[in-house]
Amino acid sequence: MATIYIDNKPYEVKDGNNLLHACLSLGFNVPYFCWHPAMHSVGACRQCAVKQFKDEKDTRGRIVMSCMTPASDGTRISIDDPEVKAFRASIIEWFMTNHPHDCPVCDEGGECHLQDMTQMTGHVYRRFRFKKRTYNNQYLGPFLTHEMNRCIQCYRCVRFYRDYAGGRDFDVFASHNHVYFGRHEDGVLQNEFSGNLVEVCPTGVFDDKTFNKHYTRKWDLQTAPSICVHCGVGCNTIPGERYGRLRRIRNRYNGEVNRYFLCDRGRYGYEFVNSDRRIRRPLLRPTPHDGDSSGGESTVAGEEALRHIADLLYFGAGVIGIGSPRASLEANFALRSLVGPEHFYSGTSDTDSRLVAMIIDILSKGPARSPSLLEVESADAVFVLGEDVTNTAPVLALALRRSARQKPMEAARKQHIPCWDDAATRNAIQDAKGPFYIAAPYSTRLEDLSAHSYHAAPDDLARLGFAVAHELNKALPYVEGLPEQVRSLAGSIAGALKDAQRPLIVSGTGCGSEAVIQAAADIAWALSNGGRRADLCFTAPECNSLGLGLMGGHSLDGAFRAVQEGAADTVIILENDLYRRADEGAVNNFLGRVKHAVIIDHLTTPTSHKAEAALPAAAFAEADGTLVNSEGRAQRFYQVFVPEGGIQESWRWLRDIMITTRRAYAREWENPDAVMAALAEALPVFKQIQDIAPPAGFRIAGMKIPRQHQRYSGRTAMFADITVFEPRPPKDPDSPLSFTMEGYQGRPPSPLIPRFWSPGWNSVQAVNKFQSEVGGPLHGGDPGKRLLEPAEVKEIPFFKAIPGAFVSRKGEWLFIPVYHLFGSEEMSILSPGIAELSPRPYLGLNLEEANNLQVSAGEEIEVNVNGAVYQLPVRHVPGLPAGVAGLPAGLPGVHKATLPAWGSLSKTSGMVEVV
Amino acid sequence: MFSLIRTAWDIFLHAFRRRVTIQYPEVKSYIPPRWRGRIILSRDPDGGERCVACYLCAAACPVDCIALQAAEDEYGRRYPAFFRINFSRCIFCGYCEEACPTYAIQLTPDYEMCEYTRQPLVYEKEDLLIDGTGKYHDYNYYKVAGLTIKDKGKGEAGNEAPPVDVRSLMP
Ligand code: SF4
Ligand code: SF4
Ligand code: SF4
Ligand code: SF4
Ligand code: FES
Repeated sequence: MATIYIDNKPYEVKDGNNLLHACLSLGFNVPYFCWHPAMHSVGACRQCAVKQFKDEKDTRGRIVMSCMTPASDGTRISIDDPEVKAFRASIIEWFMTNHPHDCPVCDEGGECHLQDMTQMTGHVYRRFRFKKRTYNNQYLGPFLTHEMNRCIQCYRCVRFYRDYAGGRDFDVFASHNHVYFGRHEDGVLQNEFSGNLVEVCPTGVFDDKTFNKHYTRKWDLQTAPSICVHCGVGCNTIPGERYGRLRRIRNRYNGEVNRYFLCDRGRYGYEFVNSDRRIRRPLLRPTPHDGDSSGGESTVAGEEALRHIADLLYFGAGVIGIGSPRASLEANFALRSLVGPEHFYSGTSDTDSRLVAMIIDILSKGPARSPSLLEVESADAVFVLGEDVTNTAPVLALALRRSARQKPMEAARKQHIPCWDDAATRNAIQDAKGPFYIAAPYSTRLEDLSAHSYHAAPDDLARLGFAVAHELNKALPYVEGLPEQVRSLAGSIAGALKDAQRPLIVSGTGCGSEAVIQAAADIAWALSNGGRRADLCFTAPECNSLGLGLMGGHSLDGAFRAVQEGAADTVIILENDLYRRADEGAVNNFLGRVKHAVIIDHLTTPTSHKAEAALPAAAFAEADGTLVNSEGRAQRFYQVFVPEGGIQESWRWLRDIMITTRRAYAREWENPDAVMAALAEALPVFKQIQDIAPPAGFRIAGMKIPRQHQRYSGRTAMFADITVFEPRPPKDPDSPLSFTMEGYQGRPPSPLIPRFWSPGWNSVQAVNKFQSEVGGPLHGGDPGKRLLEPAEVKEIPFFKAIPGAFVSRKGEWLFIPVYHLFGSEEMSILSPGIAELSPRPYLGLNLEEANNLQVSAGEEIEVNVNGAVYQLPVRHVPGLPAGVAGLPAGLPGVHKATLPAWGSLSKTSGMVEVV
Repeated sequence: MFSLIRTAWDIFLHAFRRRVTIQYPEVKSYIPPRWRGRIILSRDPDGGERCVACYLCAAACPVDCIALQAAEDEYGRRYPAFFRINFSRCIFCGYCEEACPTYAIQLTPDYEMCEYTRQPLVYEKEDLLIDGTGKYHDYNYYKVAGLTIKDKGKGEAGNEAPPVDVRSLMP
């Protein structure tokens, strides 16, 4: 701890930080632009000036940049000194000389850091009488608007895009007062994290283009804390709604998970909530079993649908339930309670079920721990085994970019460069790369970080993994027949991991291979042998894969069998499109055989088209619930708005079915707390989920926490076209949040923060006011509870079965899934921007292989895999090994459900010559 | 007793004073132009809608009786897709006019807007938008803003230099 004096008052601050960090952490309002809590200081904007004094006797002092001055013991500064105040006011006056008169038509307005800082410094009148500099804008793709006139040259955007996120197609151009931030030519920004420019840029140069299409000011959005549902990372988000439509997603800081950034899938994937494909009212559809094949469907009232479903359950010969990894724990548990655990099937593909179960086993029975993303950032040696992280767990990839810097940062530390001095640190590091190894089936976007990337078929990746494990612990089996290069690579990986303080192994379900996961576990376990810490990070396929895995449930194949064997004739499907989970034929067969299929979902899907009854489920922004992310962290999301139509939460539908079928205990399920209590009782592993957030009855000074900002407008006019008598705001029995602007206006507990705002801090930078220290945990601790902790084991249950080397087959290819940030996920692809950027279905081959086959990129080829035949254009996927072909995962039309699998290719004009 | 008589006398004298009551509605009193009565949306001197849908009036309104939705035309000009004022709630405080950065929303000297029920007091954009500039004749927001609209490119607003040539290194 150090003592610093601010305007002659002593304060205790942490060692090793700069003055700006210290002042903001203490709650002082010091204006700044170029400094960013995640990207630290470069001292470029001169806005954060304070006056520093040598000692008590020094009365003159000197102006210093607080972001570039260490907060060392005994530092004396003044924030309020008149001279430094005038200095700051003149700095902002300079910034504003060229700033356009745009605030009323600027999407940043009302949450603009430049507005806030201008207010804070007190600059009011423009004295500059010369002409303003202007720029032409660029087209940057479907996600970002570009309005360069508003730029104040703080350089945050390039520093984020290039230095932090590893982007290459964005830079600063031109010179002197003409500098320009953009691309070398118009075009879609290529980086997966480009959307963060909206929050990083302190002005309105970059704004959310999807939000612009239904623009609303920040103060008019109804918001609640939420969780991203588009992958297993579980980033914390703040969705905003107005007039019954979801308008945008913003980042919600969680010091241990996503921290300051989201990926573009998470930020822009929200539009499915507004989609035309939503089921908005209960539907009943006569089935062929009723002797009616007209296929006409009719919307009905909720009660009628419930009665119909209750009849099915009474008279059916047996009912099974199929859960979903994209539904909340509450919904899955309600289904499990309705049908009984023995009839509850997890609705994931068999591969996914097996892999997720294995991951849970590894993390709870072995000594390696699943790290939070914050811990990932501080890993100093990384081995990524078999995962295309950027496309399966994007924000994890961003965290890995941090880890790759850890080792090189030591050089800077040795030269006594403080870690917050960004420019100097970068200078010291230069191009040095930390120990970062990637072994993946094809070349991935993180490869610029790694000195060695190895591409091979899943089995060979696993073999490399086992070889590394053997190098670390000679008692583990030796991998026979490994090529010399691979063995030496294994040696150097093992060496680097052994030397590291915080080694990290990253793997996951991406390859669809158990062996890969086992190999990753063996490495981490071999490392943690002897009490050392080694982190083991797995990616999960979906937002609640781990939650569903922890709940158990039979495999989907089991469900198919149950119906095949006549054990059941009625099925309730929860938020799931079975066609994404298993082969088309198998699903057709299953849905054809069941007499009655009931679906509870928010979207019409190929599965819902075949259901006899469909109940409209609430999407994530319309419901409360709990999800378990790939770290094993259970996180709560809250309802943002009350949807129109007959939509309600899945668990409520299931509860209503239970009540209609006279299960008295369901009457007690009045809110999610009751469901969670029942879940915790039934399955003790979920015990902690009741402690994630305060219960629904929680009040502060007798008040709820308002979802609407105190400046929320239009209350007496929003619905006045329908009725001039204002409707009562909806009640929320489910949470301590309310659908009004009245309530507790102070800082709520961290899991309940509906927006970051503080007087004078309208922009997202207000997050400083919610953290116990800048960049540290939120006040009261970061939300979420870890359900998986490593076990204290005497005997580590190493995996010893090493797969044989991959042998390519004559005339056959191993098809593996290739993941895409835009396209591989079911719901985000309903956002028009994401659909625009997602690839069309293709067949991936490496260049050499394509040449051997004499097919060129774009040429159509017939793909025969899993009994399905596709006509797909060929595309070069760099790095794919010989004998392996890639199919884009999850794209409509090509399902990854049963990949990897062997199949054949034939040129449309006859069989391919196999060389 | 004396005061009673004096009061009666005073009242009698009032009969000969000048009348202040006017015969409304046949006769109307003078209302100054800055009177805060019925709200209108005005147009700029070129005839374009002045409102840029910035939501500031709605935020300023103490009774929250303004609701609107922003939209953009194909050239990037902003306008309200709908604009609604619930006059049955409006207190004619004039804060919206004060907040408006474009002089779009103005209060007028018209106060004759009684209805038997409240519903007709809900005015939509069609009811609010007039054809003229209202009290402020010359102001044209888009002539000073940096945003491009139809027929006005970058660097063509008031006091703007032509767009920078990013590829030039000249000072
Ligand atoms: S960037 Fe901020 S200050 Fe500039 S026009 Fe937009 S809202 Fe106004
Ligand atoms: S575009 Fe934004 S982030 Fe980039 S330099 Fe300009 S103001 Fe800063
Ligand atoms: S990384 Fe995953 S959870 Fe995070 S924002 Fe992206 S899609 Fe959402
Ligand atoms: S303040 Fe003026 S420009 Fe802004 S929305 Fe209201 S009327 Fe339109
Ligand atoms: S924030 Fe310190 S110089 Fe920019």
